[in-house]
Amino acid sequence: MPAKTYVQSIINGEHVDFLCEPRQSLLEVLRDVVGLTGTKEGCNDGNCGACTVELDGRIVTSCLVLGVEAEGKEITTIEGVAEGSTLHPLQQSFLENAALQCGICTPGFIVAAKSLLEHNPDPSEHEIRFWLANNLCRCTGYDKIIRAVQDAAVKMQEA
Amino acid sequence: MTQTLDYEPNMVLATETFNVVGTRPIRHDGADKVTGRALYGADFDTAGLLHGHILRSPHAHARIKSIDTSAAEALPGVLAVVTNADFTSDADGVVDFGEGATSLKWLRDNVLASDKVLYRGHAVAGVAASNPHVAEEAVQLIDVQYEVLPPVVTVEEAMADGAPILHDDLKTEELGEQTDKVSNVAQHFQHKKGDTAKGFSEADVVVEREYRAKTVHQGYIEPHNATALWNTDGRLHIWCSTQGAFTVRDAMAQMLEMPVSQIRVIPMEIGGGFGGKIPVYLEPVAALLSRKTGQAVKILMSRADVFEASGPTCGSWSRVKIGAKSDGTITAAEVELACEAGAYPGSPVGAGAMCALAAYDIENGTVDGYDVVVNKPKTAAYRAPGAPNAAYAVEQAVDELADDLGMDPIELRLKNAAKEGTRRVDGPTFNKVGLVETLEAMRDHPHYSAPLGENQGRGIAIGFWFNIGFDSAVNLAVNADGTVSLTEGSTDIGGSRASIAMQAAEVLGIAAEDIRPTVVDTDSIGYTAVTGGSRTTFATGWAAYEAAQSVKQQMIERAATIWDVEADSVEMADGVVQSKSDPELSMTFADLAGQLGRTGGGITGTASVNPSGVGGSFAGNIVDIEVDPETGKTDVVRFTAFQDVGKAIHPSYVEGQMQGGSVQGIGWALNEEYYMNDDGGMVNSTLLDYRMPTSLDLPMIDTVIVEVANPGHPFGVRGVGEANIVPPTPAVANALRDAIGTRLYETPMNSVAITAALAANED
Repeated sequence: MPAKTYVQSIINGEHVDFLCEPRQSLLEVLRDVVGLTGTKEGCNDGNCGACTVELDGRIVTSCLVLGVEAEGKEITTIEGVAEGSTLHPLQQSFLENAALQCGICTPGFIVAAKSLLEHNPDPSEHEIRFWLANNLCRCTGYDKIIRAVQDAAVKMQEA
Repeated sequence: MTQTLDYEPNMVLATETFNVVGTRPIRHDGADKVTGRALYGADFDTAGLLHGHILRSPHAHARIKSIDTSAAEALPGVLAVVTNADFTSDADGVVDFGEGATSLKWLRDNVLASDKVLYRGHAVAGVAASNPHVAEEAVQLIDVQYEVLPPVVTVEEAMADGAPILHDDLKTEELGEQTDKVSNVAQHFQHKKGDTAKGFSEADVVVEREYRAKTVHQGYIEPHNATALWNTDGRLHIWCSTQGAFTVRDAMAQMLEMPVSQIRVIPMEIGGGFGGKIPVYLEPVAALLSRKTGQAVKILMSRADVFEASGPTCGSWSRVKIGAKSDGTITAAEVELACEAGAYPGSPVGAGAMCALAAYDIENGTVDGYDVVVNKPKTAAYRAPGAPNAAYAVEQAVDELADDLGMDPIELRLKNAAKEGTRRVDGPTFNKVGLVETLEAMRDHPHYSAPLGENQGRGIAIGFWFNIGFDSAVNLAVNADGTVSLTEGSTDIGGSRASIAMQAAEVLGIAAEDIRPTVVDTDSIGYTAVTGGSRTTFATGWAAYEAAQSVKQQMIERAATIWDVEADSVEMADGVVQSKSDPELSMTFADLAGQLGRTGGGITGTASVNPSGVGGSFAGNIVDIEVDPETGKTDVVRFTAFQDVGKAIHPSYVEGQMQGGSVQGIGWALNEEYYMNDDGGMVNSTLLDYRMPTSLDLPMIDTVIVEVANPGHPFGVRGVGEANIVPPTPAVANALRDAIGTRLYETPMNSVAITAALAANED
């Protein structure tokens, strides 16, 4: 068994220390070491986006980041998107617009869409489709997801 | 008469309205699913959990000469290794899960190969270790000696004279007779109505073509997973993401030769299935490993495993000959459909053949079906299995017929449309169906008459799927605060907690939010068949309706007792229980619920149903595509999906089914395929190379919900999950023909095929 490395990071605003093997991905660490299973594995090679998290302000597929690379970094996962018991407008909008069916891709979509709206509060439909193109959904055909992001953008600008 | 509908992106052509049914409440499991709290199979954990890994065949077709697991067993951290030999006894007998019978040996061999491997990715052995990485390393230490055999990966190769044979004991069943002929054709059957020779002699125009559809995968984002614990008391517990917990229980009972009561299946949340999460793959291996180690064992598939060892649906070859009089009356049709079964018999050809001509009222028709084994993973159901393969052929041929006749393709279909009383070529006669209404909505939709731009083309197509009934159970319990707890056995793959709860709420006159639905394990509810066959909202919804009727009657009786009046003088409507004659005697459902404890005890309702009265569903598409003449790149620029759903319980999730099925069909049409190398291996088993549609590839998918109530359901529900994937492949093909002037007869109709067609046009 390879020696483990001690890693200190900030996850969802909290200081989190963990031990991880050099070969463990951030996705594996989040799910199996830290216990944050909201981040999902769909492909483990960066092509489906189900494991999208925010790392120091940029969205990454956590399956392509090593756990040891989290040293000193700030990470936001789906578990850190709501403010306490208040859903983020995107989460509320996904519910109101029926933008999920099975829900396995939903955490990745919400984390990615949140990042989009932080970079671009008023995106066009094309900009939303472009930004979310690394997040695969097989259930919805994306229509209701795009509408949910548009709806959340409007509500966040009104707020 | 023709009247253009006013455009809205999502229309509901409702014929009947209710209080709860037809509204759009937030789904009960929504909060968990947008916050990451919902627990899917891979998220399951328990004390002492071991991790399994599967050794898979590198060959598409080979005889297993020997398996030596000793080096793997010796690796530190490894607790057990299993192979097919760990099944308790020699396999014998036939098992039937309602999807067609298969032999126990084949069922076991598909999860752990015995004498032969039949596709690359075929499971050969399983390892349990303390750490997933150790398990992965250990399988590399298993020494398997193979005698490599030549593979066959298409039906045409497999049916050819002298083709390599997958199963030495597989003999063709020919038109109902068991023959002695060893071949890769498990079965040839025929449906026949009327006299096709006579019909073709009456035709003024005849079209005859061959078509090929490639193998595609369901493409759910969540890989297969299973955790098994063979407890010291002999009971086996399985946590997995499945479409059917009871189906897993049945399969495990058969394969492990155990009574069903010794097995408990706990359905975790499921990350997509589309038919592909009905079979078991990992569960038996995890169970055997748990029996050996005495600890819980979890196994997850990788994405490559999902492609190479689960699903897919069939590639197919087909031939269609269809003839019509000059007025458009179709006089005869012949269809031949040969479908890949994958490694073991049981392709979707049966359903595909029954759907092939279902949309048309045809006097004279034959459909021949061939079930053909090939060196690919055993096919699983995929959304209207077999029907898209058939429609890709038939709907293109009908379009070509319309071209030759100079008729509008919707008018030609309307002229020949199946309706109530039409006898299908495969025998059954239609009850009330909504094909005519669906075609009329297509004709009247503004999309159909909208102008097209340069390099654009428009296509239409229609499709049919039966839907099924089968067993479902629901339990209801009235809570003191006026809410009702609902337990059910249908795994919720896309909002069915809501659509089931809403049917109970409608009966009880309370809000959808006041029903608390929970999906429970196989110890906790009556037998419930798979979430599949577009049956869940129909059949489990029916159980909810029946259980709610029982609760309603008991509530009425309780109020009558409290008021000391006859029960038949009391009624319950809109959440209020009241005397029919005395306006003083009235209380809300919630008030009465609060009194149950002191007036005779709690009230529960339960129902187990196996409803007949299933209503088939027709779908149609109008699609506009634009082809880049330089690169052949094709964009879908406008898409409208139409479907007769009977009654949309929760229209948003019905639209979601229509949009999702449409986009899966678009992917099949334009991009998706199992790309095989000469050794029979899948080359593109990643989500980068197996290119499913992304958000950037698509426009909004407009929907028109057509409601022609199914007389066989209390609210008129037809299943909605599947018919929507049937029309897109031919609709896109027909649009391509309109755009580039050339018809393509093989999926995927990608830029390679289109540039070749464009180049041929120039020659």
